[in-house]
Amino acid sequence: MDRAATAEKIAELIGPFNKKGIEVTEATTFAGDLEWDSLTVMDFVAAIEDDFDIIISMNQQAEIENYGQLIDAVTKLQG
Amino acid sequence: MTDLFSKFDPLIEQRRALLAGGVEDPFNLVMERVISPTVAVCNGRETILLGTYNYMGMTFDPDVIAAGKEALDDYGSGTTGSRVLNGTYAGHKACEQALKDFYGMDHAMVFSTGYQANLGIISTMAGKGDYIVLDIDSHASIWDGCKLGDAEVVPFKHNDIVAMEKRLKRIPEGAGKLVILEGVYSMLGDIAPLKEMIRIAKENGAMVLVDEAHSMGFIGPNGRGVAEDQGCLDDVDFVIGTFSKSVGTVGGFCVSNHPKFEILRLVCRPYVFTASLPPSVMHTATTSIRKLMHGANKRAHLWENSKTLHQGLRDKGFTLGTPEAQSAIIAVIMPDLERGAAMWEALLHEGLYVNLARPPATPAGMTLLRCSLCAEHSAEQVQTIIGMFERAGKAVGII
Repeated sequence: MDRAATAEKIAELIGPFNKKGIEVTEATTFAGDLEWDSLTVMDFVAAIEDDFDIIISMNQQAEIENYGQLIDAVTKLQG
Repeated sequence: MTDLFSKFDPLIEQRRALLAGGVEDPFNLVMERVISPTVAVCNGRETILLGTYNYMGMTFDPDVIAAGKEALDDYGSGTTGSRVLNGTYAGHKACEQALKDFYGMDHAMVFSTGYQANLGIISTMAGKGDYIVLDIDSHASIWDGCKLGDAEVVPFKHNDIVAMEKRLKRIPEGAGKLVILEGVYSMLGDIAPLKEMIRIAKENGAMVLVDEAHSMGFIGPNGRGVAEDQGCLDDVDFVIGTFSKSVGTVGGFCVSNHPKFEILRLVCRPYVFTASLPPSVMHTATTSIRKLMHGANKRAHLWENSKTLHQGLRDKGFTLGTPEAQSAIIAVIMPDLERGAAMWEALLHEGLYVNLARPPATPAGMTLLRCSLCAEHSAEQVQTIIGMFERAGKAVGII
């Protein structure tokens, strides 16, 4: 799946987690802008992992701060 | 200059606001005099202890104390050295033998604390390129061990067998895999479905480490823990435990049947680069471990205490962390930190000490009053405790 298709899929998946309905751009940060706690992050990561059938380890998560970086990482992890 | 302490400002402010309300500091209690495993004088008040990990009440066992005193006289106050240099005394070997006998396993390695046992074993075994699959509610010492070792760390939802299996199956072919589980999770006092989880871990080619810190001495026919209780101890590659709970002193350990286990003594940095435990601690631990093997009556009484307290608090209308008593920990869920701290203080004034637990130690941002029972609590004390909870709960408006 290319970056555009991956981005489209992730946009669908983030919906239920974006409870405050904040507008999400590539620069949106998860901890800062979306104010997600660790539990929400875990559930969101699990939803992406299950949908794309990939692992995003904690080590990789540490490098992902904003939405654009997430799309890049998931695009790459699909191999 | 950037003040490196500015990152703590939110916590400093939270504490200031809490204490400004006049509440006693829940994280600054002093035990002035300890009368027994279940009673102490705290902040000038005689208090029933319901927030220690002294599950089997071994801290004042006469044989345990005598062994410690004798070792102090015979071997001195400390070893002043590492286990691999001058810090292994006869007492350390005797303690490791007691652990091998207790668990029926081939190897045992004693660390200076339980924290160091997890830190050392996990970071040494699972290194760069290996995968650790672990429960998201794992203890801080497990997370720190993961971080120190540079392995890929893959958490799964608490006690979720399917989530664990999915992650195991996605790990690249040929990578080393370690699954880390706990017998009892200490925040809510719930147990893990170890039998099923370990079966799946093994099917997927993973080694399994189980932390039985909160179950040793109490759960299982011989007190070996939740894995023994569920009949799957033989499939556990590494059991991690501690002496600072049921054993009643301080120290940590790992037991295993792995044929190459002994090499860890040379490569495990948290084992090598620290002083070994004092001989008196080794002799008290050894005596306590050997007595715990024959603790069936105490185990039965502790189960009785745990079940009675769970039922009693439920009947009074408190919200608890588990639907039934699963361990010696009963977690009472508080609506928020402010009322949790007020309830904690009201209980202290009643003469009862419990643990106030709050994020980040707790799951899902919960504030908990954690009660841990002791085999030395009498049936009458348990009834007294339920009465104290009822009065404090009404005073604070929680029930």
